[in-house]
Amino acid sequence: MIARTLELITFLLTHEPYRSLIYLLCICGFVAANAAYLVWVERKGAGRFQRRPGPTESGPWGLLQPPADGIKLLSKQVMAPPGSDKILFWAAPLMVIAPPLVCLAAIPFGDTILARNINIGLLLVFSFGSINVMALMLGGWASRNKFAIISSARVVSQNVAYEIPMLLVVITMIMVTGTMNLQEVIIQQAGGFWNWNILRGIWDFSGGGWGHIGGNLLAPITFLIFYTCMLAETNRAPFDMAEAESELVAGAFTEYGGMGFGVFFMAEYANIVVGCALATLLFLGGWQSPIGTLPASWGIIGTLVGVGFFFAKMYFLIFSVVWIRWTFPRTQFYGLLNLSWKILIPISLFTLLLTSVLLKLPRLF
Amino acid sequence: MNLVTETFSGFLSLLTGLRITIKEFFSPVITTQYPHQTLPIPKRFRGHIELKWNEETGKPNCTSCNICAKACPSDCIVLDGIKPAGEKTKTVTTYHLNYTLCSLCSLCVEACPFDAIQHSNRYNLASVPNQWNDMDLVQRYKDQVIRVGKTPYDPYAPAAVPAPAAAPVVATPAVQPAQ
Repeated sequence: MIARTLELITFLLTHEPYRSLIYLLCICGFVAANAAYLVWVERKGAGRFQRRPGPTESGPWGLLQPPADGIKLLSKQVMAPPGSDKILFWAAPLMVIAPPLVCLAAIPFGDTILARNINIGLLLVFSFGSINVMALMLGGWASRNKFAIISSARVVSQNVAYEIPMLLVVITMIMVTGTMNLQEVIIQQAGGFWNWNILRGIWDFSGGGWGHIGGNLLAPITFLIFYTCMLAETNRAPFDMAEAESELVAGAFTEYGGMGFGVFFMAEYANIVVGCALATLLFLGGWQSPIGTLPASWGIIGTLVGVGFFFAKMYFLIFSVVWIRWTFPRTQFYGLLNLSWKILIPISLFTLLLTSVLLKLPRLF
Repeated sequence: MNLVTETFSGFLSLLTGLRITIKEFFSPVITTQYPHQTLPIPKRFRGHIELKWNEETGKPNCTSCNICAKACPSDCIVLDGIKPAGEKTKTVTTYHLNYTLCSLCSLCVEACPFDAIQHSNRYNLASVPNQWNDMDLVQRYKDQVIRVGKTPYDPYAPAAVPAPAAAPVVATPAVQPAQ
């Protein structure tokens, strides 16, 4: 019986239409569970950072709080403000939740856990990731509310300002790795944490022996820039101008109520998951073990251990996002743009230049 | 150059902030989970007033002299008493406090010559509308006495025979005469 079941599972996971469908379902479930329970993590974390216990009443440790919130949001009346553009108004939440689902299809969670091994995976993730801005803008514009429009204008200028350093940093990483296939990017980082891109850029051991100088001497700073831009792109504190709670009403989604608002909320966390997963696999070695390589003879166990490493790194980054939110006050808008145009863009341009020079120089060391 | 040093020192200060918050993250919780835990209420807390009674006999100290009612600037105290059979002083029989008028000024407590009223430490009174504009403090006194396992003093009881030392019954719970 068990053998038959395993055979069936293997068949389903190796034959095309079923495999894609299973992955699609798993990704949807993964995004939904993350969106729901990251809210719980956020509230619990906020509590602990302020030395409160956070949610405790519903379920053990408040674990039933997300379903309770969901039921509350679902039971609210769905309504659009009079005079608003109904089609765009309801298209915006869909447009904001769909791209993270697509992005996760290209992200490898383990050496064989990957929905689609796309050669231009990085490009796909970034092109779909940019739709988020447009969705927020549409939502603000379609809701016929001047505050929502002003705040969506702020979202656009913020996201455009931070898209530039982020893409410059990503171009630097593509030059170092020489590929946009995310699985290959991870395979290149095999063999211990010193081979991860964040350190390999400084000193590259992959050639054997004492190694040689890497392609990107400023790789840790590159990582920091990527991380900062990821915070700004996902509209997280201290760059949460899109929904500056206690300042604006609710930013671009002022007019959304019930699950319309809930979808924006879920999308924020889904985008954080995608951003942290990208940072993990571009800089922190994805599913690679921090010490040595997972032996190929371990088979499925090795894959699962790799998935564990991936999630450990990713959730550490997500925790640090929460940590940053409850540490720093919100920046002012000109401070936000100054940081991008005066600091991040020059540094990332310089990194790009340095990397291209280092890659072309004959290796002296 | 200035920009570079400023950026660098700014980044270091960000790290300092992160270090402080993570230290707080791993420190114990300092809030009180209110409905499950409560803090002790200070003795001098001014809640609504309540009747004091003699710890030994369970008899209220109040002689219904009406000085508190006269001292009250808001006219929120109405009380009355009778002289129980065989007693030398009057005893309170009804004591009504209109708590919605009371401003907790404590003048009644200060004016009382018999040390018969005090502030309670009830701080979490919730009510339906108009519930507290007629607080029956005699009823509260009776409940409190019963709660500590004694019998409330009944001023309408027939004169108690001077009790022999063997049976120190304070007051028998008698059927109240119809009023």
